[in-house]
Amino acid sequence: MKHYEQTGYLSIRDILIPSEQHLKKGVACIECIQEIPCNPCVDSCPVHAISMKDINAIPIVDYDVCIGCGKCVSICPGLAIFVLKTVDEKGIITLPYEFVPLPANGESVHALNRKGEVVTKGVVKKINKRDDTTVVTIEIPKKYIMDVRNIRLQKIK
Amino acid sequence: MRGGLPLRIKDHPILSFDWQESLPFTFNGKKLKGYTGDSIAAALHANGITTFSTSLKYHRPRGFFCGIGKCSSCLMEVNGQPNIRTCITPLQANISVTQQDSKAAWPKNATNSFYPPQQKNVDILIIGAGPAGLEAAIAAASLGAHVLLVDENTHIGGQLVKQTHKFFGSKQEKAGTRGISIADQLNQQLQKPPINKRVDLLLNATVFGYYEDNNNKFYTFGVIKRKEYTTIHYKIRCKSVIFAVGAMENMLLFPGNDLPGVYGAGAVQTLMNVYGVQPGKRMLMVGAGNVGLIVSYQLLQAGIDVACVVEAAPIIGGYHVHAAKLRRHGIPILTRHSIKEVLGKEKVEGAIITTLDEHWQPIPGSDQTISCDTVCLAVGLTPSTRLLSQMHVQMNTIPEAGGFVALHDHTMQTSQPRVYVAGDTSGIEEASTAMIEGKIAGISAALSLGHTKKDAEKTRQQFIDELDQLHAGPFGQKPRQAKQRIARHWRKNYETL
Repeated sequence: MKHYEQTGYLSIRDILIPSEQHLKKGVACIECIQEIPCNPCVDSCPVHAISMKDINAIPIVDYDVCIGCGKCVSICPGLAIFVLKTVDEKGIITLPYEFVPLPANGESVHALNRKGEVVTKGVVKKINKRDDTTVVTIEIPKKYIMDVRNIRLQKIK
Repeated sequence: MRGGLPLRIKDHPILSFDWQESLPFTFNGKKLKGYTGDSIAAALHANGITTFSTSLKYHRPRGFFCGIGKCSSCLMEVNGQPNIRTCITPLQANISVTQQDSKAAWPKNATNSFYPPQQKNVDILIIGAGPAGLEAAIAAASLGAHVLLVDENTHIGGQLVKQTHKFFGSKQEKAGTRGISIADQLNQQLQKPPINKRVDLLLNATVFGYYEDNNNKFYTFGVIKRKEYTTIHYKIRCKSVIFAVGAMENMLLFPGNDLPGVYGAGAVQTLMNVYGVQPGKRMLMVGAGNVGLIVSYQLLQAGIDVACVVEAAPIIGGYHVHAAKLRRHGIPILTRHSIKEVLGKEKVEGAIITTLDEHWQPIPGSDQTISCDTVCLAVGLTPSTRLLSQMHVQMNTIPEAGGFVALHDHTMQTSQPRVYVAGDTSGIEEASTAMIEGKIAGISAALSLGHTKKDAEKTRQQFIDELDQLHAGPFGQKPRQAKQRIARHWRKNYETL
């Protein structure tokens, strides 16, 4: 029995962590670790950085090839892909967000971890409203880059 | 309360609802307001009415449970006609709806003018216009067969029309596309020539019985079409039939499980995603399979709070990615927990959950009271198979398939010649595999009648292989075992076929 099958959230040990260098460049981190029959991320990648042996395999990102474009973030049916990037002491995360209302550019939001706990404050840098899944880019302190995976608006509009 | 429409969804990240055109109607003589596109039950629910009828013996309140015309708890009297399934009957202006207390009397203004039935002869009758039935119709018509597609609902698409999430699977099977968009795409394919000339649609209609025909080339079915609270009968004679009738929601035993406010997962999705009505304000979800997890997330998107998800098994049964979406919004998923009791007299006012030990037994003293106004049961589905039984198709209980199913081979052929199954009725799975099975059944039915095209059999084999691929992973184990057991029974009985 795996711990995430009981709790519903991954621990850092379950994830292929990008190196400092990869994070500086900005890469897609896929938190999809079960063999489920699904492969749209592979097709969505413009540089063929995501590979799967067959449709049930776990997707593997080649962080050397990935350009962090985020196309896979909005296509993933499991909303399980996040683009992670660090600039000096800042962490920049692009995450899927399928809720209304959307935050505004520059708005401060609660940054939540995989359990939905508030861990820090985030500032919205970009909103890409799309037909598939809207993606939001936020800026947080660099040290939370492997923790923050969701946002919550500070004010109920 | 928002603008006088407390339960109507105004803002939604995926769907848009229009609350412009209102329709007046009465309930027990009281004037109420619904909207164009509402079902009667949805309009009542949005007005805060939760009791639609009462039980036969103890006159306990009954609300709606399944929301898709399969249970009987929403039967009401509409314009003097009793036993109307209000969950699938569209609301019309100025109708009079009355709560039905247990059994109804024969209506005073009953008319029988539409009998004797109209007769129709078709190549292939397809029962159910969900993902399996639609793909079957398109596949069979593409090979030149004439198809009659019958569905109980006022719209095609079956359960696809409430699937706001993006589908998994491969690109060929529309992965990454939301179910609601897949329903639109299939509808567009139906409208294209020559498909549109070969497929007749009969909506709002129920296939209610199978009848012997003197001519053994044909199968005869009785169909009843509802129109303006009255009915038209059809006698349908077909050379081949495809059952794509789907499944029914499972019930769970606990005190209060019949109270209004305890819904099946399909009902919750129907209310919020089809009619834009919030089922409640705070939901307790029972079951952490994919359905329970996906519907919980859809509840959050519709602005409804989810108290927690309880799951009796020691592990979350659905995909981790679905569980992760809920957890990062702070929704607890409690494995080894079950619902013990629902609180309330007229409707749900709370629930008690309990912890289970490794033998699935409640641990004394572990009860917790959950504050909620609604409970959603996502505890599996049972294939709908009664017409197949009536036809004497060979059936067997296959637990991995969800219960009693028709034995069938890899071409979806049952024990009766030219009778096919596809989708949940052939074993519980999900829409992606239902669509592939529909294509296989559609091709098989057309081939059995001599309609063919170059490479038709090769195409069918490709779909069969694709289905095997989708079943190859660990989550495909259960459907794979189901199909293997069905194949074993099939070989034992029909090796010579």
